[in-house]
Parts: sequence; structure tokens; C-alpha cells
Amino acid sequence: MSLMSLLEITSLRTEFSTRQGLLPAVDDVSLRVQPGEILGLVGESGSGKSVTGFSILGLIDAPGKITQGSILFEGTELVGASDERLRQLRGDRLAMIFQDPMMTLNPVLRVDTQMIETIQAHRSMSAEEARARCREVLVQVGIASPDERLKQYPHQFSGGMRQRVAIAIALLLKPALIIADEPTTALDVTVQGQILFEMQRLTRETGTALIWITHDLAVVAGLAQRVAVMYAGRIVESGTVEQVLNTPLHPYTRGLLDSVPANSERGQRLHQIPGMTPSLVNRPQGCAFRNRCSYAQADCAMDPPVQHFEHEHMVRCVRPLTGVKR
Amino acid sequence: MTTSPLSTQLVDETPWRQFVRDFMQSRIAVCGLALLLMVLLLALFAPWIAPQNPYDLSKLDLMDSKLAPGSKSMMGSIFLLGTDGMGRDMLSAILYGLRVSLLVGVVSGVIALAIGASLGVSAAFFGGRYEQILMRIVDIQLGFPAILVALILIAVLGSGVEKVIIALITVQWAYYARTARSAALVERNKEYMEAARGLGLPTWRVLLKHLIPNTLPPLIVVGTVQVAHAIALEATLSFLGLGLPITEPSLGLLISNGYEFMLSGKYWISVYPGVALLLTIVAINLVGDQLRDVLNPRLAR
Amino acid sequence: MSVSVPLLDLRKVSKRFTTSPDLIERMAAKFGFAAPAQTVHAVDQVSFSIAAGEVIGLVGESGCGKSTLGRVIAGLHKATEGEVLFEGQPLNYAPGVRPTIQMIFQDPFASLNPRKRVGDAIVEAPLAHGLIAASQAKEQAAQLLEQVGLDASYVRRFPHQFSGGQRARIGIARALAVEPTLLVCDEAVAALDVSIQAQVLNLFMDLRERLSLTYLFISHDLGVVRHIADRVVVMYLGRVVEIGQTTELHAHPNHPYTQALLAEVPRLDCRNIDYTPIKGEIPSPLSPPTGCHFHPRCPHAKPVCAEQAPPLRELSSGHWSACHLNS
Repeated sequence: MSLMSLLEITSLRTEFSTRQGLLPAVDDVSLRVQPGEILGLVGESGSGKSVTGFSILGLIDAPGKITQGSILFEGTELVGASDERLRQLRGDRLAMIFQDPMMTLNPVLRVDTQMIETIQAHRSMSAEEARARCREVLVQVGIASPDERLKQYPHQFSGGMRQRVAIAIALLLKPALIIADEPTTALDVTVQGQILFEMQRLTRETGTALIWITHDLAVVAGLAQRVAVMYAGRIVESGTVEQVLNTPLHPYTRGLLDSVPANSERGQRLHQIPGMTPSLVNRPQGCAFRNRCSYAQADCAMDPPVQHFEHEHMVRCVRPLTGVKR
Repeated sequence: MTTSPLSTQLVDETPWRQFVRDFMQSRIAVCGLALLLMVLLLALFAPWIAPQNPYDLSKLDLMDSKLAPGSKSMMGSIFLLGTDGMGRDMLSAILYGLRVSLLVGVVSGVIALAIGASLGVSAAFFGGRYEQILMRIVDIQLGFPAILVALILIAVLGSGVEKVIIALITVQWAYYARTARSAALVERNKEYMEAARGLGLPTWRVLLKHLIPNTLPPLIVVGTVQVAHAIALEATLSFLGLGLPITEPSLGLLISNGYEFMLSGKYWISVYPGVALLLTIVAINLVGDQLRDVLNPRLAR
Repeated sequence: MSVSVPLLDLRKVSKRFTTSPDLIERMAAKFGFAAPAQTVHAVDQVSFSIAAGEVIGLVGESGCGKSTLGRVIAGLHKATEGEVLFEGQPLNYAPGVRPTIQMIFQDPFASLNPRKRVGDAIVEAPLAHGLIAASQAKEQAAQLLEQVGLDASYVRRFPHQFSGGQRARIGIARALAVEPTLLVCDEAVAALDVSIQAQVLNLFMDLRERLSLTYLFISHDLGVVRHIADRVVVMYLGRVVEIGQTTELHAHPNHPYTQALLAEVPRLDCRNIDYTPIKGEIPSPLSPPTGCHFHPRCPHAKPVCAEQAPPLRELSSGHWSACHLNS
């Protein structure tokens, strides 16, 4: 990588204090996002994918804390940065879209008030200029009659529309990176389709990089260029979408892909990964997946090494599934 | 499907133990609880702890009256908190007074809770006209100042411990009914209630075993605060000379009795019962506050 | 399939929710400030039948009425119009009567009483209906837990001590305890992770074989429905738009909505294709479009589509569609 990455996370560790002491929800996570790239961050509940997203934006509050690692964004170190510096970056260079749009939208304020407020917090623009920008962005996300909509309150929008408004707010100041935490999980399939379409088009047009956090591999398959799979706080595999979905190297990724109904014959038993994701307090030593892995052996009790394969296909496993093509 | 990293902990604990642990997290609340327990024990064992039975007229000696705290009686024993206008030992009077105050407060609270909760939960469950009428009665009842209602009732019923308890129940049931109804409305729409209906369980079972146990937490919170209110209200009534007879004085009556001596510098006759009342109510409120904090986030978790 | 009576027969079932004006609004109406009573046609003239042993997938998006229909069938709502016949007889849902249809809910946590131990929750209904004696209760609870793949020692635990997938299984055990014939699964796996979803779906398939159960599987996830269902019923805004065998429907979807729905499902094998999303949004159920509910969003809409609601017509054996394009 000769170009400086837009976002470079190195060995990030975010811990939460529990009765059993400080435990890592995110453990030794390293990621890179290039300008304009779409990265899918995939994992199930308890994998730490959302905590990773929040860590980047500095939204981790007690009882959680980033204890190790570095997050370099456009050359600035975000871990340990001052509150003021983080505030400057958020909304401006770095934006977030949440699963529930009401986490972004204030129910008692009109949409235009909220959007203009966001703009004026970072730029000195007149209200008219700010309003023009709001209009522009609402059109970009596919909201018809934007002038009318600007005067409305969030409760007058449907779920899909609210999420579009949340996306519009994220785009207002032309950020370099948007982190989207499961924004379409709670939406209908057709609305999800629309929003995915808009996001793909927008990122191409504006050159914004995107980290799309989801549990749905199929969404990532259509949208992202690269994907990272998380399990129990660690990234177990990452690479291009073709690499990870066609030739998965980690048994968990393989198991996950096999569990999807579309990958089994109709009416046949689905392939299932036995057991359940370990919770924060009872993660096994060494490889967290070994109690559920059909290939586990004695050496899996030690921390699995990170192995690199061609074209930056990375896997954290002592015996990756090379030679197994799906 | 984002869940907090802590919520996936599988803890092998009964709800009770978890509740106790959560409660202990506030030091102030634990102090409040300790204070409350001490008050309860003192009240319970008053007849054995009190140096003197203040209502045994034969034991009283007018020569002992209005003595300052720490003075000696004719017979040589020390009046730790002084005596009142009749020669009664203040400490004993306070201990007995605590008994009456707590008795009246707790009994009226418990009965009001039973009545109010049943009415409120059934209103939420059955709805319709019944609910409308009941809630309007509750609204009207709550529109009147508590003290006014209590005064009217005492005037009508006369004085005496039972009459005071009845008056307090009449004043309090509406708060319980309203809280119970809100809680029941929330729970009624939850899926486990639908599941209970779907299983074909008889209505009484659904109400008793599913709805009511889950509406209890907010009621317990209201209950503790209401007991404190009841004690304070009773004290007010007694201070005004209504309600409890002189033979069974509560703290309020003691404060009232000692009022006339305030200006002549014999503060202890009024102030010490007042302090006891204050400590009791503060203790109940501290416990109630922590209960509210503990029980609410748990419901949302 | 034999010519016998179907297990479940829905005949023009409708369910409407009306907000009737209260006292203040009635008084205001006398003064001319009438706020019209709002009616939601959650389910509108739905007719289809389920044969014993079948798995019917009921699909559609929010506001299509599939959940409401499921609840009407399970007896949690009363149908405003129409009949629900079970083995030819109208269903009796009175409290105290042992139900033959059970519902599995979407939210595994909310559907369990947080204050009841799971063992007690499971055997409560069979005890109340006299299916088992009190002395057999403990054994029965343990047996049912094992049947759904959980350890028998969990009987004493409370719901909050389990994970999402385990709670889903407990809900299933509780439903099985009353020995139902038909299970209505309302988005039963929607809230679960993919790997747990696979486990629970396998459980459903095992139970179907072992206990000869019939399912009405309500889901918005077409991939899941395609895997587990024999026939699929597609609903849009309260009405049935298409019914067909699963493979047939996926291969040759007839109704434009079904076509759009199938095109929107993200698939693992399609990489970086451009989406062709369907325009517009689902209209509010309070004011559905006239005629065919789908016409404002339909790429093939004709003038007649705005005027008349198309009837459900049989195209080929077992394949029905409600679209004017077919006539």
C-alpha cells in the first residue's frame, strides 16, 4: 500500500468492565479502508462489529474504554484525541448512520432545523446556503418534494424515509468516511433494496468511503468490495468479497455461508454451526471458535496466528481451509 | 440485532439475587435501609426497650415534668431526652409514638395497595366502560388535596386508630390504582400475555399468574413512597388535634403537644419527636428511590 | 392430496381495526368538528386453505397483514368478517378451551413471562387443560426441553438467563406442550443470527416429521420461505396477490409485486450488480389505493387497475394470481 489509507486501525482493543474484570469486546482488530472503498464488516450478535464502529467515532462510554491500539484517520490519531477534536471530525469528515434512525433524528425538531444545525456547527454558511445544501442532499437520497419534507417532523416520515433522512444528514458535509451500523436491518426488503441502491450510487458519485456493518452476508455481497468477518471480538477473515465468499478460509466463514438457506437444497437439513457464540465472559482461550469448529485440534487452544494469502486475503486460523472451493 | 456486549452474559442467578445485588450498589440506599430497619426494630421492641411506659398514668409524676434532656427523675433514673408537660419520658414516648405511626402508615399502605392494585389491573385488563368509569373516579379523587379528604372523613367518622386508617386508605388507593393501571396497560400488550391467551389459559390465571406479578415492581416503588406520605399525613392530622386519641399518641401528636412549650425554650418536647419522624420518612424515601432506580432499568433491559 | 376436508380453511376472512371516537370527539362532532373514524383494513377478504402436513409460507412486507392474519388464525384476534374453519368446523377460541393451533412469536424474549421459570411456563397450559397430571409435570417439562434440543436441567431457569436462540426453542416447547395440530410461526426466526436461524429451522423441519405438524410460516425472508415451504402465499396491503407451489412461484412469478419482491432479495451469488429498485413506498393501510392496491407502483399498470380490484384467478393447477394482466 503506497497510498496512505483513509482509515487505518491497528490492533484495536476496546474493553468493558464486568464483574469478572476488564474484558475485550473488540480484541486486536486491524483494518484498512481506502478512499472511496466500501468495506463490509460482517458478524453476528456478540461479534463486536458495532463496538468497533462506535470505537472509531469515539462513542464508547463507561463502562467501556479503548485500551489499546491506534485508529489513524486521514493521518490523525483518534484514540486519545481530545473531545473537541473528535467533535470537529464527527459529522464533518466522519459520519455515522445507526440502525434506528431515531438515534439520529430529534423527534421534537423539524428536519430543516436539525440539518441546518449540523451544517452550521462545522461551517460558517448562511442559513439560505445551508438550506440549499439540505435540499440538494435530500434529492440525492431520493426524497421527492424536498422543500415540503424539510418543514416536517420526523414522525411524519415512514421508517424507510427516516433512514434516508439520516443518510442525508450523514452526507451533508461531504464526509470522507461513513460508518453505517445495520441501517437496513429493520427495514422491508423493497425499502432495503432502494437504500442499498442509493448508497452504491452515492458512494460512486461522491467518492465517500463506507464501512457497512451487518450480519447479512448477502447485502455485503452486492454492495461491498472488501469484507471483514468478525467473531467474538476478532477479525477472523478479511479480503475481497469474491475471495471471502467464494473461497472462505476460516471455518466460521465457511459455516456461516453454508447456513444460509439459499446455499442448501430445498427441503434438506440446513448446515448448522453447533453451539452458540460465546458471551463476553466465557470466551475460550486461544481460538474463540474452537468449541464449535469441526476441524479443531489441540493446537487451537493457543492464539491462532494471522496468515496472509494472495491479494491481501487474511485469515486468523492455524489451519485455514485452503483447497476447499465452494 | 445489535446487543450490548454485556447483555449476552448468561448468569445463573435468580431475579431476587440479582435485585439484591443491584440494590446494594448505592451506599446511600443501603444506609437508608439500615436506618429503616433500626427504626422498625425500635418500634417493634418498644415495650421492652422503653425505660417507662408513658401511658401508664400511675407511673407518671408531675414533679418530673418539663425536665431537660439528661436530667434525673425523682427516682434516680435519667431521662435521656427529657420529659414532656405531663412528666412522660420523651424517649419512651417517641418509641411508642414510632410504633403507632408506623402501624398506621404500613397498614393503611398495604390495604390501599391491595384495593388500588386490584382495581387498576382489572380496569386495564377489561377495559371498556368499567375502565372509563373507574379512572374518572380515580381522577376526581386525586383532584382533591389529600389532607382535605382526610379531614372530612375524620370529621364524619370520628377519631380513633381504625378511623384514621380508613381515612388514609381512602386517600391513598387512587395513587395505587392509577400506577397499577399504567403498568398493566404496558404489560397487557406484551407478547407473553398474547401467548398466555393463545394457550387457552382461563382468564383468572392470566390475570393472577401473568399480569399481576409483572405489574408489581412499579407498585412497590409507589408503595414505599406512599407509606412515607401516609405517616406524614397522619402526623399532620394528629398535629391538628384530629385522628388519634391522646392515649395512643403518634409522633405527630407528640409534636403537637410540645408545640406550646417551644417559646419557653423547652424545645425537646417537640423537636425530638420531629427528628424521629424526619429520620423515618427520609429512610423510607431513600429506600424507595433506590428501588425505583433498580426496578426500572431492569424492565427495559 | 386426498379430497378430504382441508385442515384449515379461510373463507373471505377480513379484519378491520377501527378507532371509534371517544366522548370528547363525539361532542366535537356535534359542533361540526368531526374527525372521521379511521379504519385499517389489515386483512381484506383472504381465502385459502392449508392441507394437513403442509408448510405454507406467508410472505409480504410491513402493512401487508400477514401478522394480523396469523393472529386471527391463532385466535388472538377475532375476524371481523369471514370464517376460519378447522377440519370443517368453526374454531372455538374461548379461554379455558384447549387450542389446536399455537403461535410461535417473533421476539423470543418478550413472548416468555420474565417471572416464570421456563419449566413452569412450559407445563402451565397442559396442566390447566388437564392434559397431564401434576405429578407428571416435571418429567413432561424435561422431555419437551429435550425435544427442542435443550438440556433438561434448564427447567429451573428464568428466561433472562438464556440466549435468543434458546429462548426461541423454549417458546416452541411451550407451544408443543398443548399438542397442537397447526403451528403459526410469526417471523419466528427473524430475530435470530444466521447460524442460530439454521439450527431453529432444522428443528422446525425435524418436528414436522416427528410430530406430523402443519405450519403456517410467516416471514419476510424469502430465502427462508423458499427453503422450508411447500406453497407460498404472497400478500400486499391486506390482500392475497399470488399463491403457488414454492418452486413454481420462484421460477415463474406472475404478479408484478411478487416479481419485484423476488428481484429485491439480496443474493449471495450476485456480486456488485446494479439494483433496479421498485419505485415508491408501501402506502399507508389507512388509505389504500383504489382498485388494485399495487397499481401506483406497478410498472405495467393499466387504467382498469385503478378502478377494479383484480380477483384471484387460477392460472394453472395450484397457481393463483390477482392481476388484470392475466385476463
